[in-house]
Amino acid sequence: MILGRACILAAFVLSIYAACAGLYAARTGRRDWAVSARRAIYGLAAVSVAAFITIELAYVNSDFSYSLVAQNSSTTTPSFYKFTAVWSSQAGSLLLWVMVLAVFSAAVLYSTRRTHLQVAPYANAVIGAVAAFFVGLMLFAPEANPFLASNPVPVEGNGLNPLLRHPSMMFHPPMLYSGYVGFTIPFAFAVGALATGRLDAGWIRSTRKFALLAWTFLTIGIMLGARWSYSELGWGGYWGWDPVENASLLPWLVGTAFIHSIMVQERRGMLKVWNVSLIATAFTLSILGTFLVRSGILDSIHAFGESTLGVPFLIFLCVIALGSAALIVSRLPDLRSSHRLDSLLSREAMFLLNNLLLVGMAAVVFWGTFFPLISEAVTGTKASVGPPWFTRYMTPIAILLVLISGVGPVIPWRRMSRAKAAALFALPGMAAAAAVVATGLLAGLLHSVWATLMFAAAAFALTVMLREFFSGARARRSLEGGSLPAALVRLVVRNRRRYGGYVVHAGVAVMLAGVAASSAFNHTAERSLKVGQSVKAGDYTFKYVRATSDAHNERLSFGAIVDVFRDGRRVTTVHPTRSWYPVNSDRMGSVGRFFGGEATSEVGLDAGLTRDIWTAIQPDLRPLRPAIAAGNRLSGIEKPEIQAIVITAIVDAYPRKATTATFRVIVNPMVTWIWIGGMIVLLGAITAMWPAPDALRSRVSALAAARLAGAGRRAPSEA
Amino acid sequence: MDRAKKRKIRLITTLTIALLLATALVYTSFSASTVTRTPSQLLANAQPGKSYELNGRVVRGSLKESGQSFSFRVQDRVGGKSIPVTYSGTVPDPFREGREVIVSGEVKNGVFVGKPGTLITKCPSKFKNKSE
Repeated sequence: MILGRACILAAFVLSIYAACAGLYAARTGRRDWAVSARRAIYGLAAVSVAAFITIELAYVNSDFSYSLVAQNSSTTTPSFYKFTAVWSSQAGSLLLWVMVLAVFSAAVLYSTRRTHLQVAPYANAVIGAVAAFFVGLMLFAPEANPFLASNPVPVEGNGLNPLLRHPSMMFHPPMLYSGYVGFTIPFAFAVGALATGRLDAGWIRSTRKFALLAWTFLTIGIMLGARWSYSELGWGGYWGWDPVENASLLPWLVGTAFIHSIMVQERRGMLKVWNVSLIATAFTLSILGTFLVRSGILDSIHAFGESTLGVPFLIFLCVIALGSAALIVSRLPDLRSSHRLDSLLSREAMFLLNNLLLVGMAAVVFWGTFFPLISEAVTGTKASVGPPWFTRYMTPIAILLVLISGVGPVIPWRRMSRAKAAALFALPGMAAAAAVVATGLLAGLLHSVWATLMFAAAAFALTVMLREFFSGARARRSLEGGSLPAALVRLVVRNRRRYGGYVVHAGVAVMLAGVAASSAFNHTAERSLKVGQSVKAGDYTFKYVRATSDAHNERLSFGAIVDVFRDGRRVTTVHPTRSWYPVNSDRMGSVGRFFGGEATSEVGLDAGLTRDIWTAIQPDLRPLRPAIAAGNRLSGIEKPEIQAIVITAIVDAYPRKATTATFRVIVNPMVTWIWIGGMIVLLGAITAMWPAPDALRSRVSALAAARLAGAGRRAPSEA
Repeated sequence: MDRAKKRKIRLITTLTIALLLATALVYTSFSASTVTRTPSQLLANAQPGKSYELNGRVVRGSLKESGQSFSFRVQDRVGGKSIPVTYSGTVPDPFREGREVIVSGEVKNGVFVGKPGTLITKCPSKFKNKSE
């Protein structure tokens, strides 16, 4: 524990030093100070990793002298969850934040050590300042200190909250944090570029990979959160427009806009103000996201209690927002575009439209999320908007976005003729029309206009992408020979960024088609059933066959065998259960405490490519009450062996005594495609980020330069 | 038409559309929102037939289950007077006495009748209060 505290203190000193030395080096241009500031970040990475390992070891060894370990781990917690419980707490997650930031920053500062001699010291200073804020919280706010001693040292810990015991929940926070942290790096370099006035695309080139990496992590984090919600919360949805979900969506939307718009600056020298504003916004929203889950200022399913960290976070946010705004305004004259928009039928116009839509989405989410505060300030009463309000705006924008994700990548920069556009989009247009007809035949055209439009947009975008791959591969084969699949692989390998991007677009189209189908065509029923009774949802009948019960190592579970029929034929059998974890107090009696603690649902799920059968149960434990009360009064019940015998007997009696249970059943079409789409997005993002070999890189950039020069000759720029 | 003029028209059109959309956004958020009330606010003043969102803590010892319906009392986060609530349907996993809940519904004869499917229980775990 001393080691951990020393690491935090060292991290604080190092991050302050990195900030000051970086700033001094940037101002005076002294190389030796720049080197020293960079080494401070390496040191910060080392001590934060050491601190993290210290707390990790304490968790693995169940060392309850650490208050953090006592609070959310226990000797009976499975090893995997002991290992991952570190970031389920406020303090542990802050430490993870700092560690990820320090490691990322060390990597990027190392890779730019010979370039960006002016910009990097500023970036170094910004990273140091951000790290100093988070380390400072751990050092000065007791609730954020991971190395707080427990007093007295308990024999057993509280254990990890049962709701969080799900694999995707364990990887969800580190993914989100890596995403949030990742935006710090392009932000720091943007600040450096603004401060030095070197506003060409240099800072973008050296940090765009980090922006993409941050975006990828954020995407995975959001997907995992959705998956957790779907399979663990016993609610059946994957997205609820909850403030905490929205907090992760906001930087994602703005970050998505950023990774698109920087391409316009790289190629055409446009949108400079826009890009620095976007990255400043994305970073501010990342900090806001980290802050929202800790502040308790908005009511959410995830209550994190009113924390005292709110005020420092708010001040920090204001400093970032006002500071970046002031910096951008002071550099406005230098940020003028080197080109102007030539035509609305050009790739840069599509990028612009994509940006407007994404930022519009972010504005909608921001307004809706903070509406309780806005309404309280304006009218004096707290009011909130529900999911229908969000979907009303988000659905049309999302459809448009999917549509232009199929247009943007294939139309040329600068301008194109209408005739050429018509030829280019005839086939995808037909695919979209086919999707409309198919939906009409399968579900009735007017059942859900929005879903039908989304299918059309997705069909359009997917057709464009497939054609790009196919025609590209064919061209390469005619050039180099070999088989078509081999040509396809070579095509993607040689143009990773471009084709990776196409794969991402295809994944998003698949995912949103899944969202549209499952939201528009699901059937939900909720009913209390006796054994033998059934409930219908859509074409499916759910029959409560018998009750089940099980006493596990650390929880008791009660459930039901449910047979699912369609047209009189049994399709599948599912087994939803709900488990109870014991309470660590005798308020409910020595036996009662095992039945009155935290409950978690284990969803009975039969997933398929066309539809998911989703069931959750709420067993009625009232028939067990007399036995529990009798057990509480039994003499000698304090002894664990006797408790175990009594509890096993009560649990075993449940299937015989069970009378009713309440079921929630959902027939949810095409949900699986959301997860498949997510995987495709991940695959595309990895393809786009994969480092190209040096030789290839120089050849590709030479090619690009030649192409640019050629384009310049054909149509001289007017700017 | 010269380019500068064309550009100006484009800009004005875009800004007008953005302004209209923003107005719609603001208007619909105020008209479609549900008013959030604490139990004490609701006890002091509740219009019959109007939908509210109730936010408070489930009073310990007040929870009664009967088949698929629940009845319990909810009080302000800081304590004080409580309002009786009835709710039918499945409840979220973390729902227990002493937990903070958000539920939509109306007040009928002094009882808050929750709309099925609207009950949310705050997850107490993650970054929890020292007091709990």
